[in-house]
Amino acid sequence: MIEGVKISGSLRNRLTVSLIGGAAVLALLMYFIVRAYATQIAQQGQDNILGASVNSILDAANVSEGFIDVDFPYASFSMLGTDTDDRVFYAIYQDDELLSGYDGLAQIFPEVDKGSAYGNTTFKGAPVRLASASRMLVGADLRVQLTVTVAQTQDSLLGALNRIGRNVAIFGAGFFLLVVILAFWATSTAIGPLAQLTTSVARRGPQDLSPVASPVPREMAPLVFSLNKLMARLEYSLSRSEDFIAEAAHRVRTPLATVRSHAEATLLRVDKEENRQAMRSMIRAIDESSRAAGQLLDHAMITFRADNLDQKNIDLVELVQDLAMRLSPIAEMRDIELQLDALGPVSVIGDAILLQNAIRNLVDNALKYAPSESIVRLVVATTPKPSISVVDEGAGFPVGEINLLPDRFARGSNSGGIIGSGLGLTIAQEVAEAHGGGLTLNNHSRGGACVTFSF
Amino acid sequence: MPRRLIILKFLLIEDNYELANAICARMRSDGHVVDHADKIFDAIEYSQIGEYDLILLDVMLPDGDGREFLKHHRARNRSTPVIVLTARSQVSDRISLLDLGADDYVTKPFDHAELEARCRAALRRNSGTSQSITVLADVAFDPVAGSLKVGDSTIKLRNKELRIFELLINAPQQIFSKQKLFDRLFSYDDDVSENAIEVYIGRLRKHLVGSQLSISTHRSLGYRLDHD
Amino acid sequence: MVQPVLAEEWEDQQFFGSATSQKTLRILSNTDTRFFAPIIESFLKSQPSVSVKYLVTGSAELYDIFRTSPEDFDVVISSAMDLQFKLVNDGYALALGDLEHPDWAQWRESLFAFSTEPATIVINREAFEGVPTPSSRQDLIKALRQRPETFQGRVGTYDVRHSGLGYFFATQDARASETYWRLTEVFGSLGVRLYCCSGDMIDDLVSGKIAVAYNVLGSYALGREDAQSQIKVILPSNFPTKMMRSAFVSTNTRLPDVAGTFIKHLTGIQADISKAATFPLPPLDRTVEPAISLDPALMTYLDRLKRRTFIQEWESAIIQ
Repeated sequence: MIEGVKISGSLRNRLTVSLIGGAAVLALLMYFIVRAYATQIAQQGQDNILGASVNSILDAANVSEGFIDVDFPYASFSMLGTDTDDRVFYAIYQDDELLSGYDGLAQIFPEVDKGSAYGNTTFKGAPVRLASASRMLVGADLRVQLTVTVAQTQDSLLGALNRIGRNVAIFGAGFFLLVVILAFWATSTAIGPLAQLTTSVARRGPQDLSPVASPVPREMAPLVFSLNKLMARLEYSLSRSEDFIAEAAHRVRTPLATVRSHAEATLLRVDKEENRQAMRSMIRAIDESSRAAGQLLDHAMITFRADNLDQKNIDLVELVQDLAMRLSPIAEMRDIELQLDALGPVSVIGDAILLQNAIRNLVDNALKYAPSESIVRLVVATTPKPSISVVDEGAGFPVGEINLLPDRFARGSNSGGIIGSGLGLTIAQEVAEAHGGGLTLNNHSRGGACVTFSF
Repeated sequence: MPRRLIILKFLLIEDNYELANAICARMRSDGHVVDHADKIFDAIEYSQIGEYDLILLDVMLPDGDGREFLKHHRARNRSTPVIVLTARSQVSDRISLLDLGADDYVTKPFDHAELEARCRAALRRNSGTSQSITVLADVAFDPVAGSLKVGDSTIKLRNKELRIFELLINAPQQIFSKQKLFDRLFSYDDDVSENAIEVYIGRLRKHLVGSQLSISTHRSLGYRLDHD
Repeated sequence: MVQPVLAEEWEDQQFFGSATSQKTLRILSNTDTRFFAPIIESFLKSQPSVSVKYLVTGSAELYDIFRTSPEDFDVVISSAMDLQFKLVNDGYALALGDLEHPDWAQWRESLFAFSTEPATIVINREAFEGVPTPSSRQDLIKALRQRPETFQGRVGTYDVRHSGLGYFFATQDARASETYWRLTEVFGSLGVRLYCCSGDMIDDLVSGKIAVAYNVLGSYALGREDAQSQIKVILPSNFPTKMMRSAFVSTNTRLPDVAGTFIKHLTGIQADISKAATFPLPPLDRTVEPAISLDPALMTYLDRLKRRTFIQEWESAIIQ
């Protein structure tokens, strides 16, 4: 149903993609921020311990008898224990000279008595974090700067970071997944009213140009407003053109009716054969043109409605019965009996107006071609498919032309003096096709034409 | 001179005078009484005062839509059948007219015979108007039902027989030419010769056997209904 | 291969298995061969293509020898926890990822403790004839002070300056209680004899040369079944100092798989109480986490300044 509509992307996809994309960016951002923050906090934790260790060593230093004594407590190192057994290195410098600990451990010489400085380096093949602090020691005849550095590998830190990273990743992925689900839900919720509007507009009958009445979200209001306005304009111009056609038909047909009535009256008064023939021809011409005009209008309507079938549940028997009643005066004029053969209700889904028009055309044809004082049978059957057959006792279709007859404006070679536009079978065929069925023409074995309209 | 026996009273609502005149002329020539209104306003007034057997209603009128009259008419529970004369041929229009309570419709321009047939059908459906039986001698003729009663037996006439007999009984003792009968009987697309009339006359004569009525042939002039 | 210059310094060296085997696992240890022989032999049963060279030296020497030529050894076993810890901390040990071991009994999946052994007081029964045997350090101080004439020159302990294990016991004692320094002073006043190893101390106890030995490895003393009538092993009732013997695989090993398998075999045996009767080395006491655990604090007393200070104090107390 969307042929001929240019598609540029999908609102649903665009909405979903931007929601999911946003969620992905948020999740990644969250991952990196939390990780960076966790790194900072974990590093801070390690630094605090390293700093405490350095200070506990520095605090233990004193000068006695010209010697530097650093009797640092057991806790200085035991506080550095981690669950991943990180390696510990340290160095104690007196000015630039290594007093104790590991030689070659990179030194940061922080400002004296200004707290600890921190840094990263590599020692004995392992990346380490180190803390360093200095203290000025003043003895009787000694003034030295004592610098203590404590370094620790970062296995525990990295382990913790990996754990945090993994948890954040899981959390982020969960968040992302949740948002994806929410995105789909939100999208379908947001698109829902649009789909509803589409359905309600698509489900309308061909004549329904009333404004959309059900409430719509605010964002859709301008669209619906424009749609309503468009429909109002359309309805106005349609009714205008309908009125125009009706008016035109009225204007043409009424004088034609006058002329015809007069012609008929005149015919009753004139006796001369050639005048009578002229009057007959005139009346016949009038009939032919009015019938052609009527069928052309009907055909136009059918072409329009066939694209928008007004689907309803219809009882074919009732429909044919009604039609037979409407047409019985005409049948009576020719002493033709309309006989309805049906066993019970036959229910189909279809457009009543179209079906009525189609069947009426078929019966009209039969009434025209059937000899007077004969029977035209209207057979409503259920098997194999619901169908209506119109069977007359006339001459039947000319053999060899059967397949051509439903073509537009084609008339049988035996139509002779019978008035017709050639559209009757075309109309019936098109209606049948619009209902997914077809029209079958054949001649009855005992003579007479049989037209079957099947679904 | 025998008077016309079958009288139906029509109300014609039509704003086109030419057409109205033509219809009225034809109706009256058939022996019916026709009142003509050219506006809904007048039509309502007529229909309130007079008792009509049938109303012929044009759809497009200067002071409104013929449907307005229909609504009004049905609202007052009038059972008088209404046949709509419409210039619209679309099925949907016809259906909406029927929904509003019209008994039938004819599309302009129409064959007068068709109008007659539809009127007859409408009257027949509306069983209240069967006082139209014409009795001549020992024959009772019901043009609406299309039946002929001779003695104790009732004969159902075929349409063409009915229409010939209708003409003949409305003017007994008058000679109707074959031509005239033919014009009345056949619509203009029927490809039949005037000789077909003889078949129907023959049948009518058979129906009238045993009654006081008979149809006589007047060479080169036509036929006449005779009364013993 | 062990360098010839150092060859004379080995307290003991043993070769296990076939001399023609292509793979020789070189174990550097400070543990007497007799404690390890059953373990090595059972190991070789499952590894017939392997032979073992078992080299024994003192804990301090072991540390120096290994640091000098780490490529010469595959497995290092020592009772000096602090030195072992430092070697691992300094990156000499190979991590064995697939070894199930209690967290507190291992460090960096490299250093594995496999026995729990207390430092004990061992006395010569004869010297305490008729007097109550001391059950704590305070008791010992009291007993020594009461009969200085009996104990003059007859008290023995580690020379912490030369024995790694002795230094470890001493520092841990000192850390735990001030009693240690009082005891050390009493030792000093009695003209204490200083030893390099537990074995020598036990020998002198058995012979009656000394009457009391302090911080002797209980396992060694009890291991001397022939001497149980002469000596008595006392576990100090308050704060016993307990050492865990530990092993690691050298980073430079040429036989990482065999060495790893050996450590697994060793810890497996030592973790199994039911095998305690078969194997002379005390098992790892899994019931309680040790007071001295494998953590960086073990390096505290290895610090040059700390050691200098401690030795100074120790010397001033013991050498009077």
